Amino acid sequence: MPTTLPDNRGRFGPYGGRYVPETLMPALLELEEEYAKVKKDRRFQADLAYYLKQYVGRPTSLYRADRLTKKLGGAKIYLKREDLCHTGAHKINNAIGQALLAVRMKKPRVIAETGAGQHGVATATAAAMFGLECEIYMGTEDMERQALNVFRMRLLGAKVTGVDAGSRTLKDAISEAMRDWTTNVRTTHYILGSVLGAHPYPMMIRDFQAIIGREARKQILAAEGKLPNYLVACVGGGSNSIGLFHAFLKDSKVKMIGVEAGGTGIVSGKHAARFSGGKPGVLQGTMTYLLQDENGQINLTHSVSAGLDYAAVGPEHSLYHDQGRIEYTYATDSEAMAAFDLLAREEGIVPALESAHAIAEVVKLASKLKKSQLIIANLSGRGDKDVQQVARMRGVTL
Amino acid sequence: MSGRLDNTFARLRENKQKALIAYLMAGDPGLDETEQLVVALEQAGADIIELGVPFSDPIADGPVIQQAAERALKNGTTLRQILASVTSLRQRTQIPIILMLYYNSIHALGCEEFCKVAKAAGVDGLIVPDMPPDEAGPLKAPADAVGLSLIFLLAPTSTTDRRKLVAKESHGFVYYVSLTGITGANLSNATDIQQNIEKLRKVSAAPVAVGFGVATPEDAARVSKMADGVIVGSAIVKQIAAHQQDPGMVRHVADFVRSLKAAMAIG
Repeated sequence: MPTTLPDNRGRFGPYGGRYVPETLMPALLELEEEYAKVKKDRRFQADLAYYLKQYVGRPTSLYRADRLTKKLGGAKIYLKREDLCHTGAHKINNAIGQALLAVRMKKPRVIAETGAGQHGVATATAAAMFGLECEIYMGTEDMERQALNVFRMRLLGAKVTGVDAGSRTLKDAISEAMRDWTTNVRTTHYILGSVLGAHPYPMMIRDFQAIIGREARKQILAAEGKLPNYLVACVGGGSNSIGLFHAFLKDSKVKMIGVEAGGTGIVSGKHAARFSGGKPGVLQGTMTYLLQDENGQINLTHSVSAGLDYAAVGPEHSLYHDQGRIEYTYATDSEAMAAFDLLAREEGIVPALESAHAIAEVVKLASKLKKSQLIIANLSGRGDKDVQQVARMRGVTL
Repeated sequence: MSGRLDNTFARLRENKQKALIAYLMAGDPGLDETEQLVVALEQAGADIIELGVPFSDPIADGPVIQQAAERALKNGTTLRQILASVTSLRQRTQIPIILMLYYNSIHALGCEEFCKVAKAAGVDGLIVPDMPPDEAGPLKAPADAVGLSLIFLLAPTSTTDRRKLVAKESHGFVYYVSLTGITGANLSNATDIQQNIEKLRKVSAAPVAVGFGVATPEDAARVSKMADGVIVGSAIVKQIAAHQQDPGMVRHVADFVRSLKAAMAIG
């Protein structure tokens, strides 16, 4: 079932599709065609494998978190260590893949949006390594809370352009990147960072991230001789989660939980939990669950984590939500902050605030399970980028 | 498909004139002003009115129209109120009115319900910039059923196959986007308009209107030599924004539209 999705119109059931201005349609069709070719191209796949191994540092480890397991007193917890990737998050898996594609399509310039800055850093890194011109769009509110990553991108030679429209976060950065792409489509490839946007992006980015789950499946079978009972990952656009989940979708006994940003609580309205407060609609190229009002205007979202602070979710997730294949829940800002501290102190790992949402769900889940049961949580990124913000929230001047 | 739209192009063709299509953001600065502007712009020479429906995330629009949408939304403008304004306008004018709106605004209401209420209000056609013909299925049948023209966009990047598709699906006219870019861009970057219109004429008998970046009477004169219609959006919206606090706002904007039409008549 899952490997055949999307259909040839880019649909995951009723979700997905290609809702873009005509100017971009030829570029999307070209990208789809080119991607279909490289999928079967041994040379491209060998190049990609080389960079993922020697440059990114894959495979990432599957670490048995003994102290966290003991502390929570239930299921045995494993962490898939995407935080150990070069640049500090899973985003580089996709950025390298798409940058290789840009080189093949002879596009000298790449652009990207970024929320937490991790995809921006990954794109700037890949662009530097392949010698591509690079411009990153970022909401000005996110530039403030992720100042360290802004400086990193500039160190890597990228131009970082602030977006002052709307909520000044990820959503507005994507709109601005789409406008740039519409204007410069002949010379530019848009490296979208999550399983969002128009076909073929949700499919292509899922494929580039699916290596996470393929590795984890092998690793857990080697370590435990059986499949896990639960997979847990945070869901912003949904690329790290679909990356972990995809290789297990056919394993019907493996339960999967996607964790959205609960912000200050669903009742408060200040959150980004699309499956708790949203309904289907079209935003930025795709039909999917959206946080919107009754007139179809997109709601402002809130999360302590810039990477989860977005009004839409990847269309493939919407289908699995409706089918009940993946369960979606949320963690609030304060639950995520508690999990952030817990992982730092129990395991010596400072997680990204995004990934801390997955850990928060592990905290709720583990003690309800037997000691013989297994959880794999995706540690999608490391928290170095968040240290400054957390210090500020606690009134500490660095 | 729509009487008013088709009749307007037929009448202009007989008189050897080109259509001036004036864009307004509905609800900027308020819906009362929008109604006054529609009537005044018709008197100043506009042949068709394109009413923008404000959307929170307009990916095809440049800063001028984005800001106009923000102002309109801040006023609390909704699609239902805009349709009520069209209803009220229909007692005063029979100028063709096209809505330009993003797909989510339609989807929120439901395609069938939307088409019914839009037609009943007196809307003649729809331009949905984030809905290429490939995704128009759910809207096409209800629009056809009530007689609303779906107008599709053709771009400088469109291939032969896509040109044929857009020509086949577009009713009323084909909207040729003058350049790769967003609304309010600089028209002088567009060098291949003539060539692309000629290619389009080979596969379509429908009128062709050109928009995106047409800002001055000179631009309007240049484009009107090549196309059947000229669409001016950001330049008009800019005038409205500049004279927002001015009691003579409607007159200023009408003067600007008159200058566009005069240049076209000379052309």
